Amino acid sequence: MAKTKVLERKPLSLAERTYLPQIVTGLKTTLVNMLRPSVTLQYPEERPVIPENYRGVPTLVKDPNGREKCVSCQLCEFVCPPKAIRITPGEIADDADTAHVEKAPKEFDINMLRCIYCGLCEEVCPEEAIFLQDVFSVSGYSREEMINNKQKLYELGGTLPDRHRKWDKKKAAELQGAAHH
Amino acid sequence: MDWFTAYMLPVIYAVTMIVVVMSIAGYSVLAERKVSGWIQHRTGPNRTALPIIGAIPVLGPFLTRLGLFQPLADGLKFLFKEDITPGHVRRGYFIAAPIIAIVPALTTMVVLPFGQYTDAEGVVHPLVLANIDIGILFILAVSSLGVYGIVLAGWSANSKYPFLGGIRSSAQMVSYELAMGLSILPVFMWAAVPEPGNLNGLSLFGVVQVQQGFWLAMWQPVSALIFLVAVFAETNRLPFDMAESETDLVGGFHTEYGSFKFGLFFVAEYAHIVIGSAVFVVLFLGGWNFLPFIPAPWPDGMVGAVMSVLWFLLKIFFFIFFFIWVRWTLPRFRYDQVMTLGWKVLLPLAVANLIFNTLLIALRDTL
Repeated sequence: MAKTKVLERKPLSLAERTYLPQIVTGLKTTLVNMLRPSVTLQYPEERPVIPENYRGVPTLVKDPNGREKCVSCQLCEFVCPPKAIRITPGEIADDADTAHVEKAPKEFDINMLRCIYCGLCEEVCPEEAIFLQDVFSVSGYSREEMINNKQKLYELGGTLPDRHRKWDKKKAAELQGAAHH
Repeated sequence: MDWFTAYMLPVIYAVTMIVVVMSIAGYSVLAERKVSGWIQHRTGPNRTALPIIGAIPVLGPFLTRLGLFQPLADGLKFLFKEDITPGHVRRGYFIAAPIIAIVPALTTMVVLPFGQYTDAEGVVHPLVLANIDIGILFILAVSSLGVYGIVLAGWSANSKYPFLGGIRSSAQMVSYELAMGLSILPVFMWAAVPEPGNLNGLSLFGVVQVQQGFWLAMWQPVSALIFLVAVFAETNRLPFDMAESETDLVGGFHTEYGSFKFGLFFVAEYAHIVIGSAVFVVLFLGGWNFLPFIPAPWPDGMVGAVMSVLWFLLKIFFFIFFFIWVRWTLPRFRYDQVMTLGWKVLLPLAVANLIFNTLLIALRDTL
C-alpha cells in the first residue's frame, strides 16, 4: 500500500476566522467577472456557427445546372431506420433536357416527426442528392406540417457544388460516341 | 387654502413617496436580474419592449436592451395571473399575511429623511414626511412587525415547507434584531452631543447633521459592520435567506402563494431592502452629505434640496447594488451557523462595542 502522509492543517489566523477578508476577496472576484463581456448569443438574431459536418435537417439538393439530383432509386427509403422517408418514383419526360437521367421522384416526403438525424440517407445516396445540412430548428402546428414534401426539401436544400458532373459526362459520352462506356 | 396645506399636501407628499419607493423597489428587481446576469456573463432581461417608446430609433432598442420595461411586464403578470388559493390553507390568515408583510415595509418610510432644504434664513430643514424625534425607534419597532407577515404566511399555509420557513425566519429575525438594536445605540450616543440647544436624541435628521465631517462608518466601523450584517439578516437576503432557501424548503414561507399575493411578498422584500439601505446610508454613510470633510456644494433653496435628494438616492442605489453583489458572492449559511453568528458572535460583539463606545464618548465629553 502506498504510504499516506497526513498533512497537518494549519490553524486559521484571526483574520481568516473573522471570515471578512475572504468575503472581500469573493466580492472582488464577482466584480471582475461582472465586468467581463457576456457569452450570450442573442439567438434568433445571432446564429451559432454550424460546423461543416453538422447533421441537421435532411434536404434535397440540385446540381449547379439546376437539375434535381435525386433519381428516385429509393435506397434512402430502404435504409432509413425509422422509415421517415417515402418516395413515389416518377419518370422524366422524353422531351426534357435531362431525359437521359430517366427517373426523378414524383413525390418525396420526409416525416420530421420520425427522422432521427442519423445521416444514413446521405451516406447511402449514390447520386449525392440528399444532405443533412445546417438547419437545426423545426417547428409546426400540426403533424401534416411536420412532413417535408419535395418542394420544401428543395427549398431547404438549395444548390450544392458538384465535383463529378456524372450526368453531364454521360450526356457528352452519348453524343460523342461512348468514350467512357 | 388652509385645508389644502393642512390635508391635501401631506396626502400628495405621501403618495409621491410611496410611488418613488415602490418604483425603486420594482426597479431593484430589474437590477437584481440584470446584475445577476452580468456577474454570470449573461445579459439579463433585454426583450420586453413597449409599443411606442420601444419604436423610437436609437433610444427604444437601448432601453429595451437595458430591460427598463421588464418591471411593467412582471407587475402586470402578478396582477392578472389566476389567483389560486389552495384548499388546505387557513383562509383568513392566508389572505391577511401578505398585507401584514407589506404594511410595515411601507410604513417605515414615513420617518425616513431623504434630503435637506435650506430656507432663506439659512435654517436647515429635513425633507421627511414626519420628522419625529424618535425616528430610529419607530423604524425598529415597525420593521420588526414584518416578521408577523412571514410567520402568519408560514403557519396559515398549513403545509410543512412554509411552516419550516416561517419558523426559521422568525427565529432569525428575532435573533438579529438584538444585535441590530445594540449596534446603533453608540451611533445615537455619539450623535447626541451635549451642547446647549441640541435636541437630537433619536432623530434621524440629527444623525445626518452630525456627519458633516466624519461619516459615522469611520468612527464606528464595528457598529457599521454589525448593523450591515443584521440588515442582511432582517431583509432575509442571501447569505441569510433561511426563510426561502429554495434548495431545502422549495420556496419557504411563500411556497403556497401565487400571483398577486406572492407579488406583495416580493415587493415587501424589496421595499425592505430599499428602506434598509436608506437607514444604513442615513446612519453610517452620511445621508445626503457630500463626502467626508467636503461641505455639501448644494446651494440654498429648491435646487439644493433636489441635489441633496439625488445624492442620497445615489448612495441608496449603490447600496442596493451591494445587496445584489453580496448575493452572488456568498453561499447561504447553514441554519445553525446563522444562529451561532447571531447569538455567539454578533451579540457579544455588539455589547462589547457598546461598552467601548460608552467609555469613549464619556471620555470625549469630559475632555
